[in-house]
Amino acid sequence: MEKKFMTGNEAIAEAAIQAGCRYFFGYPITPQSEIPEYMSKRLPEVGGVYLQSESEVAAINMLFGAAGAGARVMTSSSSPGISLMQEGISYIAAAQLPCVIVNIMRGGPGLGGIQPSQSDYFQATKGGGHGDYHLLVLAPHTVQEAVSLTMEAFGLADKYRNPVMVLGDGYMGQMMEPVEFKQTAPLKLPAKEWALTGAKGRAKNLVKSLYLDPEALEKHNLEINRKIQEVIKNEVRVETYGTDDAEVIIAAYGTVARIAKTAIEVLREKGVKVGMVRPITVFPFPYETLEKMADKVSKFLVVEMSLGQMVEDVKLGLCGKAKLRFYGRTGGMVPSYDEIVAETEKLMKEAS
Amino acid sequence: MQVELEKVFGRPRTLRPVATHYCPGCGHGITARLVAEVIDELEVREKTVGVAPVGCSVLLYNYLDIDMYEAAHGRAPAVATGCKRVHPELVVFTYQGDGDFASIGIAEAVHAAARGEKITTVFINNAIYGMTGGQMAPTTLIGQKTTTSPMGRNPEQAGFPIRMAELLATLDGAAYIARVAVNNPKHIIQAKRAIKKAFETQVKSLGYSMVEVLSQCPTDWRMTPIEATKWVEEKMVPYYPLGEFKVSKEG
Repeated sequence: MEKKFMTGNEAIAEAAIQAGCRYFFGYPITPQSEIPEYMSKRLPEVGGVYLQSESEVAAINMLFGAAGAGARVMTSSSSPGISLMQEGISYIAAAQLPCVIVNIMRGGPGLGGIQPSQSDYFQATKGGGHGDYHLLVLAPHTVQEAVSLTMEAFGLADKYRNPVMVLGDGYMGQMMEPVEFKQTAPLKLPAKEWALTGAKGRAKNLVKSLYLDPEALEKHNLEINRKIQEVIKNEVRVETYGTDDAEVIIAAYGTVARIAKTAIEVLREKGVKVGMVRPITVFPFPYETLEKMADKVSKFLVVEMSLGQMVEDVKLGLCGKAKLRFYGRTGGMVPSYDEIVAETEKLMKEAS
Repeated sequence: MQVELEKVFGRPRTLRPVATHYCPGCGHGITARLVAEVIDELEVREKTVGVAPVGCSVLLYNYLDIDMYEAAHGRAPAVATGCKRVHPELVVFTYQGDGDFASIGIAEAVHAAARGEKITTVFINNAIYGMTGGQMAPTTLIGQKTTTSPMGRNPEQAGFPIRMAELLATLDGAAYIARVAVNNPKHIIQAKRAIKKAFETQVKSLGYSMVEVLSQCPTDWRMTPIEATKWVEEKMVPYYPLGEFKVSKEG
């Protein structure tokens, strides 16, 4: 198959179209505006609809409408815009509607900056909006992986009737790499009989999140949770390498994992036995993989472009069995591989 | 001997045979029925999708026998937009109160109209927040007492009531904009005519349509139902004049 040279943002947009997404609602924000720009040109070519909303608040509610009408639909934004969408995301999860949300993270808090960051990890993986719900959160570390995960995101959303987030960062969005669009066998999915299409020859359908009776709301929440437990059981994805002989393991995701891979090459050349664990799904998180690793390896370094968010999940996974060190840069600063090398060497010198 | 009687009045097909939660004397029940009658008359029940908002209007989804969403507070026009863009052949309408449409959701209201989104809004203006117990609305009149304007709305402190029909009529995307009332039989007949015109505007794909309905809220106005209908006439209509503010030439 022919490879195309594309930015991460463009590749994510094309991947969505290849996955059958025909509706996009969004509002421009750096560093992801290439996604709506690409969609505005491409979607009309394939008979789809691109609509620039008046705000991120409106965009996510247009997703609510389109997803409720049975369409494959996506939006994209960056950190401050994703914050504005949180209310709508909560409603979408509550109404059990499938859709894909792309967050190309930038530095926060507040308006922050426009440089890459991973400081929306808590928001993405722990809820973000109000109420008991979870997103499935996929975290690519190359443009090619961004393509395959975006394509899979739509099937996962439909399968679990739950919103799925593709979590990248400004580096991932702006970086160019050769990519190919490989179609995988589509999931066998039931027809969307719950969708709002006009009650012709059937009872009325209702898409809602209001349950005034607490017993009914508890039942509804338990049903959402049952699906989330299925997600936890079936959908954990994680990459590990160099872990067989490792004395220390670096845990990182997304762009930072790429940089960590270079650091690992340098360390291996120096004779340091270092491996890596890279969550591909940050929700569901690969706790079991970490727990098993902690039985063999006593030192872990977590590197993030934040002041320490995924580190909390790593800590949970390790169950207190291994020594944990954290290294983070924030505000749009990207850690270099030599910084990661230096941090690993410091950890090696520490007593277990 | 069996006598064949002509049926001259009945429940609209679109209106489900259930009791509503509306208070005695409330205008919501009348308006919901008018919407159901219009849907029946246009024979679009099986291709109509409604969007209920947050507030007293929300439980409309229990009363109408059509596909319905329940949207986040203020976001009904965005939800309707998403549905209509996916299914342009459907008739999509929102049913919103004054807090929903004129306060928290005014951005979505204005931009749906500006885009000429081919949806219809039925906007219930009763100058108060009903479901939360009678707080000040964006449409609360000057001097009107509410639980959050206990001395009466003072424009120095709380600003002025918004006239949504006049505001939206300035937008090119709006094809039909009217204000009606449901406080007496004559006004109810006029209200139905306007709601029907609004739905027809959408069926003809002329653009955005909105009918503002001045509606009585005896409970939160602390009045009897009769007093409330008089208050609409004497206090609301002078500030919120009835009539059509925008009619498409093609309509």
